Amino acid sequence: MTADFLLSLAQAVTKGLLTGMVYGLMALGLSVIFGVMRVVNFAHGEMMVVGMYLAWMGFEYLGLSPLLSLPVIAAIFFAAGYALQRGLISPFIGRPEHQQFLLLLAVAILLVNAALAIAGPDSRGVQLDSQFDSYELGPLVFDAVRLHAALAAVAIAGLLWLFFTRTRTGKSIRAAADNHMGALVVGLDVRRLYAFTFGVGAACVGAAGALMITIIPVTPFLAGEYTLLAFVIVIVGGLGSMTGALMGGLLIGVSEAVAGLVVQPSLKSMFSFGLLILILLLRPQGLFGKSSS
Amino acid sequence: MSFARRLVGHAAPRTLWSLVLLLALLLVAPAMLGKYWLSVLILILYFAYVGQAWNILMGFAGQLSLGHALYAGLGGYIAAGLFFHYGIGPWAGVFAAVAAAALAGTIVGYLGFRFSLAGVYFALLTIAFSEFTRIGFDHWEWAGGSAGLFLKVDASSDIANLRGGPLLFYYVILALAAGAFILCRALLESRLGRYWLAIREDAEAAQAVGVPVLRCKLIAIVISAALTALGGVWNAFYYNNLFPETAFAMGRSIEITLAPIIGGLGTLFGPIVGAVVLTGLGEAFTDLGEALGIPGIKQIFYGLALLVIVVYRPAGVWPRLADKLRLGERRR
Repeated sequence: MTADFLLSLAQAVTKGLLTGMVYGLMALGLSVIFGVMRVVNFAHGEMMVVGMYLAWMGFEYLGLSPLLSLPVIAAIFFAAGYALQRGLISPFIGRPEHQQFLLLLAVAILLVNAALAIAGPDSRGVQLDSQFDSYELGPLVFDAVRLHAALAAVAIAGLLWLFFTRTRTGKSIRAAADNHMGALVVGLDVRRLYAFTFGVGAACVGAAGALMITIIPVTPFLAGEYTLLAFVIVIVGGLGSMTGALMGGLLIGVSEAVAGLVVQPSLKSMFSFGLLILILLLRPQGLFGKSSS
Repeated sequence: MSFARRLVGHAAPRTLWSLVLLLALLLVAPAMLGKYWLSVLILILYFAYVGQAWNILMGFAGQLSLGHALYAGLGGYIAAGLFFHYGIGPWAGVFAAVAAAALAGTIVGYLGFRFSLAGVYFALLTIAFSEFTRIGFDHWEWAGGSAGLFLKVDASSDIANLRGGPLLFYYVILALAAGAFILCRALLESRLGRYWLAIREDAEAAQAVGVPVLRCKLIAIVISAALTALGGVWNAFYYNNLFPETAFAMGRSIEITLAPIIGGLGTLFGPIVGAVVLTGLGEAFTDLGEALGIPGIKQIFYGLALLVIVVYRPAGVWPRLADKLRLGERRR
């Protein structure tokens, strides 16, 4: 192994870690929703893509940098997620999985095709002024865009952690997740908390979309890939575990970047799915999940 | 009790006569239908058939698979590959195709059930295997890689190699769909079928009263995978092309699950009714979409229709319809 190879390996790992933080934020949304409501959001990648499109529109038509439109997008997603849970998903909680799957599949089809109808099938990207800037740390080079996105993702995850550990609503949501009946008994409005949770999960993925658009351009066809990617990440990290989703994101981000370097880039997701199979079989609660038994 | 008596069993005469009438109509249908309607009917029968196969695992044994494209894709690729490379016709190749899919089903099932994965976790395992295989086929020269595998289009009727026009494929898929229907009925009436229902309702209780749960689940996935592979072989020779991107895509797996879920999980008529509803809606929305000329509008209508059905008929269209028509098949 030459020094050159080691350097490009380190470079790939760095890149993977930065992208992985955005992946982690996306997966966090899925994990929060599942952890609290036991509903698997099969429309997650579609929501991500809608977030990317909104950020692109903000940039294209209003000249807003995605980092600035992010709070607005997160707020829109929160409201939409809240309404979606209240109006559509609520009666499906506790129903058989295939019914939830079909419901969210229908939502996914609607979202991605609405994006297709509005923005068309062409790939849409954002050209930031900082596009070609970079920071150097010793021999390593950090893309400015990627670094900003990763830092923003970490900041949002931190806010989410504060929300769940410090606020009354956040604590109530965790209580309802731990013990549904108990939460009802002490008088928590679980239906409202569930809607709030779906809103929070949606806001996460919307924010992740706004960050992702700065890294890669969006097409409607990315949606299915992101849904699968989010599944892989949360299963590897542990469904319902916040730390797990972030760590899973980093792991998958790095593995993709390294696989792209040492084997063919087109084989990169084979590695992710192989990892998913191993985790499902050997440690289904995920690397950071608590064992349920 | 003879096999035939058991099959007919306690089915109402009304139901039996309806079935006979339906089959007779389907047998003479090509004589009355134009090219377009025949192709629609072929599509309906295909989805009814693979839906029936998927329903064995999910509707009867209660295990949610979202990766059935794996078995259809494997079956199609193996039969088409044998024909393409060595000239081995599909009537022989189908045995290899079915064997490979059954083996894949055994592996997925054994790993999943042995480690007692259920619900969403099992579903994700099936997706993972299907995606894993998709990427593998993308890089497999023998199967044509990502550029795909093409069979020569040959309109001359060569039944020995399953080459011919739509009529040939119509009767083959009709035979498959009818055969699967009868097989499913026989399975449901058998001891194995009762075991499956017990597992579906409460696996722990079934285990406690001595049902060999692991073995029954494995049999379910193997039968389901083998039947799905037959559908895959048919599909490959009907369309004459195979791409990993579509053959093993998650969309293909989802497509297989829709007819039975929409029609009514665990019922025999559910997959058929679901296939009629979905294919009908799909065709209608295609026309509408072309008339409107907006990309994605077809799928938007399709998504709305799915949404309406799952919200208002979460148990599927058929159970309610059966009551109305007094054809009395309840989900068992």
